[in-house]
Amino acid sequence: MAEGNGIRDLARYEYKYGFTTEIEAEAAPPGLNEDIIRLISAKKNEPSFMLEWRLKAYRHWLTMKEPQWANVHYLPIDYQAIVYYSAPKTERRPKSLAEVDPLLLATYGKLGIPLSEQEVLAGVAVDAVFDSVSVATTYKEHLAKLGIIFCAFSEAVQNHPELVQKYLGTVVPDSDNFFAALNSAVFSDGSFCYIPKGVRCPMELSTYFRINAPFIGQFERTLIIAEEGSYVSYLEGCTAPMRAEHQLHAAVVELIALDRAQIKYATVQNWYPGDSEGQGGIYNFVTKRGICAGVDSRISWTQVEVGSAITWKYPSVVLRGDNSIGEFYSVALTAHRQQADTGTKMIHLGRNTKSTIVSKGISAGYAQNTYRGLVKILKKATGCRNYTQCHSLLLGDRCGAHTFPSIEVQNASSRVEHEASTTKIGEDQIFYCRQRGLSAEDAVSLIVNGFCHEVFRELPMEFAVEAQKLLNVRLEGTVG
Amino acid sequence: MPDPILEIRELHASAAGKEILRGMNLTIRAGEVHAIMGPNASGKSTLAYVLAGREGYEATAGTIRYEGKNLLIMPPEARAREGLFLAFQYPIEIPGMTTMQFLKAALNTIRKHRGLEELDAIDFLALVKERAQLLDVDADFLNRPVNAGFSGGEKKRNEILQMAFLDPKLAILDETDSGLDIDALKIVAGGVNALRGQDRAMLLITHYQRLLNFVVPDYVHVLLNGRIVQSGGKELALTVEERGYGWLEGPDARTSEEKAAP
Repeated sequence: MAEGNGIRDLARYEYKYGFTTEIEAEAAPPGLNEDIIRLISAKKNEPSFMLEWRLKAYRHWLTMKEPQWANVHYLPIDYQAIVYYSAPKTERRPKSLAEVDPLLLATYGKLGIPLSEQEVLAGVAVDAVFDSVSVATTYKEHLAKLGIIFCAFSEAVQNHPELVQKYLGTVVPDSDNFFAALNSAVFSDGSFCYIPKGVRCPMELSTYFRINAPFIGQFERTLIIAEEGSYVSYLEGCTAPMRAEHQLHAAVVELIALDRAQIKYATVQNWYPGDSEGQGGIYNFVTKRGICAGVDSRISWTQVEVGSAITWKYPSVVLRGDNSIGEFYSVALTAHRQQADTGTKMIHLGRNTKSTIVSKGISAGYAQNTYRGLVKILKKATGCRNYTQCHSLLLGDRCGAHTFPSIEVQNASSRVEHEASTTKIGEDQIFYCRQRGLSAEDAVSLIVNGFCHEVFRELPMEFAVEAQKLLNVRLEGTVG
Repeated sequence: MPDPILEIRELHASAAGKEILRGMNLTIRAGEVHAIMGPNASGKSTLAYVLAGREGYEATAGTIRYEGKNLLIMPPEARAREGLFLAFQYPIEIPGMTTMQFLKAALNTIRKHRGLEELDAIDFLALVKERAQLLDVDADFLNRPVNAGFSGGEKKRNEILQMAFLDPKLAILDETDSGLDIDALKIVAGGVNALRGQDRAMLLITHYQRLLNFVVPDYVHVLLNGRIVQSGGKELALTVEERGYGWLEGPDARTSEEKAAP
């Protein structure tokens, strides 16, 4: 072949969020025991119900085994080597953005998330979580005028304990699974969001998670409650420095939609994926679940998963209210040595409930990408519908795509459709595009963006553009 | 006489380590339509791929000049942007990208390279309507992923449609007639004829004379064992049709070494 960029030669890419912030941190010693949990709870000045809940989860966790069924492979995690609490050292919690450490503001600025009052993102309220704590929340007062509570989880525990106590663990119980139990025991912060009855949240709410300290595990918890007839659109983003060791991120997200409420939850996950040989990177073991508790309610998950060494997550919807709707739109891209086992569960309990699943898996390099899904329609849930579309794209011939769909329908009046395909983009396709004048990179980017179009259109506009760029960056040097 | 668009001199080329082309010569000027005929394994497709720069097809000796420049050092996309177009014998399926998206991206890349403004969605659609008529193509076809699930005839029409869009200086049609019924062949040939012009050269690679009834070439060459053994006008194609390739394989017909051996 003539000189040029053969699709195997492009093996470089940069993770541009890989920097670290030199900030003095207050950290617990590594390891996990009841004292550490008491320490976290005391640091947060929590009411006793929280400590009891944590300890119960911890005692349960001790009896549980790490799940082995996922199609991912890694060396055993030493849970006693992890630091469970690390926070930037400050005199006291900042009252306003003006009091936030400039170094932290600068960090988020560098990540493209300006927090300082002059340049906050227009139309997006941000809660910034740095290691184990929330460091800033923008537009808080503005939202409060509408009765919307958007704050750090730890703040909600102080200011709205009744809401926390009422809803915490109702969707993902503390004993749900190994990682959720661990999270319940040690979670240190996260975002809390409450939309009162009939209120349509006028702006995107967003949490930006940043892991900074070494050896720390990030265990955050997000709880969103949408009261009757309310609406909220929520977006989370994640990055971490490049470190040679693996770091654990085990989050829990719970969504509750009451009668006629709608929650849209979008994730752009770009945790450090490790280098091209699989050294370092985040283990992203996350439990996300929403309940359509009320009639005519609606929850949709949209995820763009491009980071992490290993992703293990299944954002799910329990459709309890009659006529409720659950949706899952996913793009999971694995490149180099990344592994992802992701998908969803749609549990139909209410009558005439509907769910839609659109999953797009892209594998490149030596990566492995698994879709795992469950559609379950119970006997009394008559007249339900599910539509599932599960497509895999292989770039090159050394990566893998796997699908494990599971469908259980217990009545005859429900209808389920499943559509699946696997396609491969190889040298032939790339050459064809190049013969028409496109560079190899442009060809891959066009193919991948076309492939993901149905999911991207579910994202807020500016994030869809970001997501597209992110995929292109991750795919540089992986094709072939 | 116009300057040559393509000049092939003593070209040797191999595919998968095996020598296929063994000292080939060919000159093509603007406005000319050349046909290369030859039996299976004579080196026709190797020639097409070497010209387009496909990996695995390597020129081992000789030169190819394209508008006076050394073609062999140009990457495939640079050749395409300079106006070299290959209509594939087996068009490739590209899932996940519609023909419309593909055409727009390719056209704008080439326009940019030529110093022209990129077309916006509206101008592009107008152009699509105009060119699609040429090949009797409907909108549904353009909104499907490139070649995915297309019939053989649709794939070939799509190749000529792309050619009509990208306005090449040298179009190489690799067995565009193969696998087409007579109606499809007429549509494709009509498209090719409409694209003939003073500034454009064409190289038709074919096994049979059939296509040449509809697209009448200025020159016909017979390729045998990696060399052109006979050149002539359009009537040469008829002679080949009538007599086959056997009569050209005699020792006098500049054939290959192994045929000459006992």
